[in-house]
Amino acid sequence: MAPNRPRPPTYGHFKEVQAEIEKSGAALFKDADGVESLVIRYPYSINYIHSYAEDTPFFLGLAEGRLRGSRCTARPCGFVFATPRGHCMVCGSATEWIDLPNRGRIHAWTTCHFGSEAFLKETPYNLALVEFDGAGSLLLVRLKDCVESEIYVGMPVEARFDPNPKYSITDVWFVPVR
Amino acid sequence: MVTGGLTKFAKAHPAMDFRLMVKRAYDAAVKEVPNLTKDRITGSRISYFSDHFSRQLKAASMVQDYLGLNPKGSVRIEWGGATGGECFQAAYEAVASGRMDVCLAAGYETMSRVATWKGNEFIALASDTNFDFPLGGFYTGYYALMVVRHIYEYLRKTRFAHVKDEREAQKLAIAEGCRIMSLVSVKNHQNALYNPYAQYPKKLTVEDVLRSEMISYPLTREQICTMSDGAAVAILCDEARAKEFTDKPIRVIGVGTGTDTMRLADRPFGEVPLMPKERASDYATLDYPGVHSFRAGRSAGLEAYKMAGITDPKKELDFIELHDAYASSEIQTYEDLGLCKYGEGYSFTESGAPFLKGLKYPFATPKAGEIPVNPSGGLIACGHPVGATGLMQGVFAFWQLQGTIKAHYGNATLQIPNAKRGAIHSHAGTGSSVTVSILERGF
Repeated sequence: MAPNRPRPPTYGHFKEVQAEIEKSGAALFKDADGVESLVIRYPYSINYIHSYAEDTPFFLGLAEGRLRGSRCTARPCGFVFATPRGHCMVCGSATEWIDLPNRGRIHAWTTCHFGSEAFLKETPYNLALVEFDGAGSLLLVRLKDCVESEIYVGMPVEARFDPNPKYSITDVWFVPVR
Repeated sequence: MVTGGLTKFAKAHPAMDFRLMVKRAYDAAVKEVPNLTKDRITGSRISYFSDHFSRQLKAASMVQDYLGLNPKGSVRIEWGGATGGECFQAAYEAVASGRMDVCLAAGYETMSRVATWKGNEFIALASDTNFDFPLGGFYTGYYALMVVRHIYEYLRKTRFAHVKDEREAQKLAIAEGCRIMSLVSVKNHQNALYNPYAQYPKKLTVEDVLRSEMISYPLTREQICTMSDGAAVAILCDEARAKEFTDKPIRVIGVGTGTDTMRLADRPFGEVPLMPKERASDYATLDYPGVHSFRAGRSAGLEAYKMAGITDPKKELDFIELHDAYASSEIQTYEDLGLCKYGEGYSFTESGAPFLKGLKYPFATPKAGEIPVNPSGGLIACGHPVGATGLMQGVFAFWQLQGTIKAHYGNATLQIPNAKRGAIHSHAGTGSSVTVSILERGF
């Protein structure tokens, strides 16, 4: 017996097509020239096996409430990285782990009112690049406990740590020093 | 370069998959050069940015296949947002090295295959997935961070130096920066009204731009490019063969690329690589690039200018098509490419220098026509199907230099009279890689 699934509904606007495939999985798009295109929903999800590799001590450090950077072992280089790097970007030598101060200042900031799909439910959230005394590079973090109108370049901020760490950069965030 | 072709850039082209889109652009290109039959093409370079958008790995092989170019040589090109610009240079290199006589550069992106915010997620995977992506994974957020610092360096410390209260001074500076960014947004959308290939042509006022939805403070929706479907094709060949195909070939006289750290947080605080007219003393107190400027753009520009023998780009170029994914990055790029000094981008915008002379914008543009930037409408108004974008700039520049804008657009509004030399600029990541190519009339 020949299959007899009915033709999927036809739409002239792509947004309607998107809505239909969310609902039923298939739709026909008909363009201004009358050309029909069959559009289907095609799910795609994946769990990565993501190793932090040489960055591991940073993320283990967050889980212990420690903020760690790295310092070039070569002298006179000794460059200090607030976002740790296994090897120095200036001279190529290996780096060693150091503790960063828990306090820093805002170098640049924004409030995101939208974000990637994965983070949309968290909007609005603040991002800040933080500078630390003695470090030659910055650290990008979430900035909490303050709103857009209060934030400024140079604002003193300090680290807070998640008591239930998820082994993510979001295990640390910064708040204004009050 | 002997010919180019485009599809219209659109929110979605559901009736064309990536192969058909490239085929349409390719057919448009070869139609204009009847002697350039398929057997004359030595090979190709094919670009698209993201396998996630395509959900088809080896998609470049399928383009090669659909165009019937097998078994000729081909390589897929990917370089983030600069994918199209890099593809153009890869084709240039294939010809300039003598490896190929005639090389096809073809690029596309099909971004409509996922919802907008999923698309933003795919793009944000082009940021460090250990340290940056998990914080919110959002490129507009990264560019907002950069422009906040750019405004701090170049407006807070200058126009608002007299304001004693720090927070008040920064708020005033950001408002001023947003107003000036909006001039760029108005320009690019308005230029695109005369470009039938553009996705979002519209007439806007500064107020419209400022009042549009806040995406990531201080960047609003109208200051940001969108997701697009589209394809673009450029065909390059050696000089000896060029005249066989067209009596209006365009010469590539300079290419440059530059790079910088993937993470914004790692950008150095060092010295400015100087343009010929700049002095180290101009920047005695400036930490460079920090997160406010694009060292990769400066490096790419310097390399391309040197090769082309250009010392004063504002005088020696007739126009620039640059990568304005954000209105902020257009202003930052004016400075990187030496159209003005670092710190002068805002006043350069206000002077009207990057505006087209023949158009009436809703504000004064006294120096309009000095060096038109993004006469096509740029990414903000044309759209940004990543793998096609840099090639689209190449095609626009090609028509501009040929003097064939009227023939291709149906109107001559965007034709810069007697344009002899132009630059195209393609930019990736948070400025982690940039290409600049200089094109010159070859007839």
